[in-house]
Amino acid sequence: MTPLLARRRHPLATAALLLVALMAVGGLYAAVSGGRAQAAPQSASTTQIDLGRKLYSEGCSSCHGLNAEGGQQPDGTISGPSLIGVGAAAVDFQVGTGRMPLQANGPQAAPNLPSYTPDEISALAAYVASLGPGPSIPDTGTYDPKDADVVLGGQLFRSNCGACHNFAGSGGALTFGKRAPAIVNTTPRHIYEAMITGPANMPIFPDGTLRPADKRAIIAYVETLKNAPNPGGLDLGRVGPVTEGLLFWVVGIGALVVAAVWIGAKAR
Amino acid sequence: MSDNKVLDVTEGAYDWVDDRVPASNFLKRNLNKVFPEHWSFMLGEIALYSFIVLLLTGTFLTLFFKPVMTEIVYHGSYLPLNGVRMSEAFASTLDISFDVRGGLLMRQIHHWAALFFVGAISVHLLRVFFTGAFRKPREMNWLIGVGLLTLGLLEGFAGYSLPDDLLSGTGLRIADGIVLSIPVVGTYAQFLIFGGQFPGDIFISRLYTVHILLVPGIILALITAHLMMVWYQKHTQFPGAGRTNDNVVGYPLFPIYTAKAGGFFFVVFGVCTLLSALVQINPIWMYGPYVPDQLTAGSQPDWYIGWLEGALRMTPNIETDLFGHTISWNILLPALVLPGIIFTLMALYPWIERWATPGDNGPHNLLDRPRNAPTRTAIGVMSLTFYILLWIEGGNDIIASKFDISVNAMTWFMRVACIVLPPIAFITTKRICFGLQRRDRDKLLHGYESGVIKRLPSGEYYEQHQPISYEERALLSARDDKEPYVLPVATDANGVRQKGLAHKRVRAKLSGWFYGDSVPKPTPAEIAEAGHHEEELTAARQADIESTRAKVLAPSPSDET
Amino acid sequence: MSDHEHDDDFSALPHHEPRMSDIDPRAAKRAERQVALLFTGAMLCGIAFIVAFAAVPVEKLVWVPLIGDTQLSNLLLGLFMGLGFFLVGGGAIHWAKKLMPEQEVISERHDTGAPAEARQATFKELERGVNESGVRRRPLILATLVGALALMSVAPLVLIADLGPKPGTKLRYTMWRKGMRILVAETGQPIRPQDLLVGSLVSGVPDGIDAVLEAEGNLNELAKAPVILVRMDPTDIKAQQGTDWDFQGILCFSKICTHVGCPISLYEQQTHHLLCPCHQSTFDLADGGQVIFGPAARELPQLAITVDTDGYLVAQGDFAQPVGPSFWERG
Repeated sequence: MTPLLARRRHPLATAALLLVALMAVGGLYAAVSGGRAQAAPQSASTTQIDLGRKLYSEGCSSCHGLNAEGGQQPDGTISGPSLIGVGAAAVDFQVGTGRMPLQANGPQAAPNLPSYTPDEISALAAYVASLGPGPSIPDTGTYDPKDADVVLGGQLFRSNCGACHNFAGSGGALTFGKRAPAIVNTTPRHIYEAMITGPANMPIFPDGTLRPADKRAIIAYVETLKNAPNPGGLDLGRVGPVTEGLLFWVVGIGALVVAAVWIGAKAR
Repeated sequence: MSDNKVLDVTEGAYDWVDDRVPASNFLKRNLNKVFPEHWSFMLGEIALYSFIVLLLTGTFLTLFFKPVMTEIVYHGSYLPLNGVRMSEAFASTLDISFDVRGGLLMRQIHHWAALFFVGAISVHLLRVFFTGAFRKPREMNWLIGVGLLTLGLLEGFAGYSLPDDLLSGTGLRIADGIVLSIPVVGTYAQFLIFGGQFPGDIFISRLYTVHILLVPGIILALITAHLMMVWYQKHTQFPGAGRTNDNVVGYPLFPIYTAKAGGFFFVVFGVCTLLSALVQINPIWMYGPYVPDQLTAGSQPDWYIGWLEGALRMTPNIETDLFGHTISWNILLPALVLPGIIFTLMALYPWIERWATPGDNGPHNLLDRPRNAPTRTAIGVMSLTFYILLWIEGGNDIIASKFDISVNAMTWFMRVACIVLPPIAFITTKRICFGLQRRDRDKLLHGYESGVIKRLPSGEYYEQHQPISYEERALLSARDDKEPYVLPVATDANGVRQKGLAHKRVRAKLSGWFYGDSVPKPTPAEIAEAGHHEEELTAARQADIESTRAKVLAPSPSDET
Repeated sequence: MSDHEHDDDFSALPHHEPRMSDIDPRAAKRAERQVALLFTGAMLCGIAFIVAFAAVPVEKLVWVPLIGDTQLSNLLLGLFMGLGFFLVGGGAIHWAKKLMPEQEVISERHDTGAPAEARQATFKELERGVNESGVRRRPLILATLVGALALMSVAPLVLIADLGPKPGTKLRYTMWRKGMRILVAETGQPIRPQDLLVGSLVSGVPDGIDAVLEAEGNLNELAKAPVILVRMDPTDIKAQQGTDWDFQGILCFSKICTHVGCPISLYEQQTHHLLCPCHQSTFDLADGGQVIFGPAARELPQLAITVDTDGYLVAQGDFAQPVGPSFWERG
């Protein structure tokens, strides 16, 4: 009797067997499926579009249709709009900010950790761009806010963006459960793409009315908001008097009531 | 030796003054004035001390602030606004925040202290209401208090609108819209107030006069009258051992009360200042200057105006046309009619309660424990519930955004809740008061439950009660029970008809509602009877124990063999 | 256990428990040292405040956990001043609680209100004064006195009339005129239809508004004239406030909410709803700007637009109704 056989009735024998079996099957699958973990970066855009098509059919077609023409539930409600003509920028934004693939149903898609690598996102974007002309992903020179006019950016931000996203980019409510999210931590490229594609209910700010230089200025201002000092102390979320009042009642009046009780209490 | 010198100098100074004005008499009478002690009596002091802090920090700010709407181009330290056109008011506020040492601190202390001023008045008002301290002879002080609250709201609104920033400017625009909605004279009023159309070029200057001169002057006068009355009428006190309606039990003004009250002033100032060092408030540089075509999401007034904001948000859009003239009920009702009714009812409350309380002619210097005035307490909680619902609605978009709720659903919920929840709060509070009264009654009759459970040989479980202390007995017994107003007969034995019967019927109904149901205080006879009963029970239990012990210890016939 | 356990009359003060500092002289000395320590701390804070004021420039920032970059001067001045005041207060209170005698004292109240005879005597004095003045016998004097005082108190009130001009028709009209170009707010560029895509939003002002604001020395026109332009698919437009007031699906509405006047630009491009964040009035821009939720009672006024010979968007004239909040004479 071998040592292994002698332990065949050991309490952990079943668990060990299961573990071995799982590893065997998993390893076999990995060997056979040929690892797409290293999706080869794309020199030729046709490989990129092919990869994109493949990724699309696996992860997006169930809602957006097999040919990105849009998808419908049996009862007629739209499960995913048509992506023909939305452009690479929309894909880069939606998938790059983790809004797509949609994680949960609700009034609107929420930002999340991205489900795809940057290379995969580029591939998806290339595929969608190939379906029809639409806004393309801006290059660094277009969105980089370096040397942009922060002061003008502030004025444009307060004129165009603050009404939905709040004076400090902390976000705000829209109707029926929709929201304008906080944008302080959004990357410059994604901000630019949001302005030109108008995701969800955000309006589009085309280059005709908000020139690229103006957009860069706004992005520069948002960057300063991100790192803006709080000269007076804790900023309480930068949403205005509501949190200030809340803190006042809890901490301010609380502290003084505690002090009053202390004053009135009998000393030992 | 130096001690004597100090005393000599003081005595010398004192003599000098007393030769000229009657200081002696005043000091002799008042150095030993007695003030009762309870933490809830210090809430009004927080308001007083906050006001002093406001005066001090406010004076500092007036030395730097420019209440002018003329536009200039900003070239100060705050770079994101460099080169931007803004009013001098806004620019001078930026200068105070970024170019004056301690300027930002003074601004923040001033703003936090304003929140404390109105907040302290509010909690003080609640304390006075729930303990019935507004009753005779203090009705005038109650009126002054309601006046101070109203002026505090106005003063705060004027104050935070002075810097002419985007957030407060939006508030001014809303105030302007409210004025416009007034029937007949609305447009004239708006043009008079703003010197023309909104925003005009003079309103900040006018607001400045109101904020640093007119309203503080009135507030100062009212505070003086308020304190003088507390001084002469002497403070009320909670009932208890040694306390009667005709005395004051506490500590003398000098030195104890001076030390505690003076110390509390510094504590209040200290807390305001520490908050201002650590927590940012009203960062106007981030809001930007006020421009009438810009707005930020989540625009709210300071907390104490929140209830009016909530009322404006939840009122349905009712507007009617009267022969070519528009009446905007959607604005008049929440912004003018609602506060009008609330402040009027608040002001009149002492007389309403007095009318419902027959034979209530004497002075009330002993306070009510809230549970012993169930209807009044329930009215207070009901009103507070209504206020808080309106207040929460005022922040509905911030709450919706942070908690992922639909802002529309929230408004609908609040529309229903502010009608449905207050009566529920009323009934619940009243029931809670009765429960507490019953517990007090039980304590007086049976002592308090000690938590020690004993079991008798017969199998019965009982809980031991401990007698309550003298101090507690004094407190629980001190209840001033009222009987409701009895309606006189319509026509008496001689056939004379009672005058004003309809008026009296209303009075009887109100009085019955106030005092009709209550848990009565145990009478001395009932307490004595309960005592006897307790003695009997104890005796019976003792007898049970004794007899069982006797049985157990008695030699049994089988043992002997 | 209190000495009054079986009293039925509650006139005795509660049992008084002496403090440690009353019994034990060492506890008293300790309390004294504690009070002195608190006051000394306050002194040090006062000195530190002066030093911080002199030494720390107002523009210096410092990084603090949880707060981020903050103004060092504000932080230090506030901490030292706050702590200093707190220590003064704490010291005084600690002194009172531990060391000052805290036996409760009883003081009698005196009825507010003089006894009846005194009141009557005073009232008689008042009566005597009134009689001596003669008003009772000379009602003409009294009547004319009342009239004089009343008029002279009320008359000066008319001075408020010059606080502002009369409204006239100013609230009915804005500066928009036929042919006036719509410019992008803040940048001032004119707008061509092709600059707007379906789903886009832009805030606009009339051409020439800067000159008007400069000339008037105020921002009044900016509280009435601003507009928003949105573009939607023409088939999505259910209704407008006039025939052909749009231009190829581009609609122009007043930016000023008809509730209490906040400027609105929260446009939801998919639902075509415009939300005012002040009180959540919601307007359906595809349906003639009708109110679909919230406290606003009237639709958002639409501005008829077209295109001029150079291809830029222009107004066809002023608004057809007053913009902004309702008022009595609005009709």
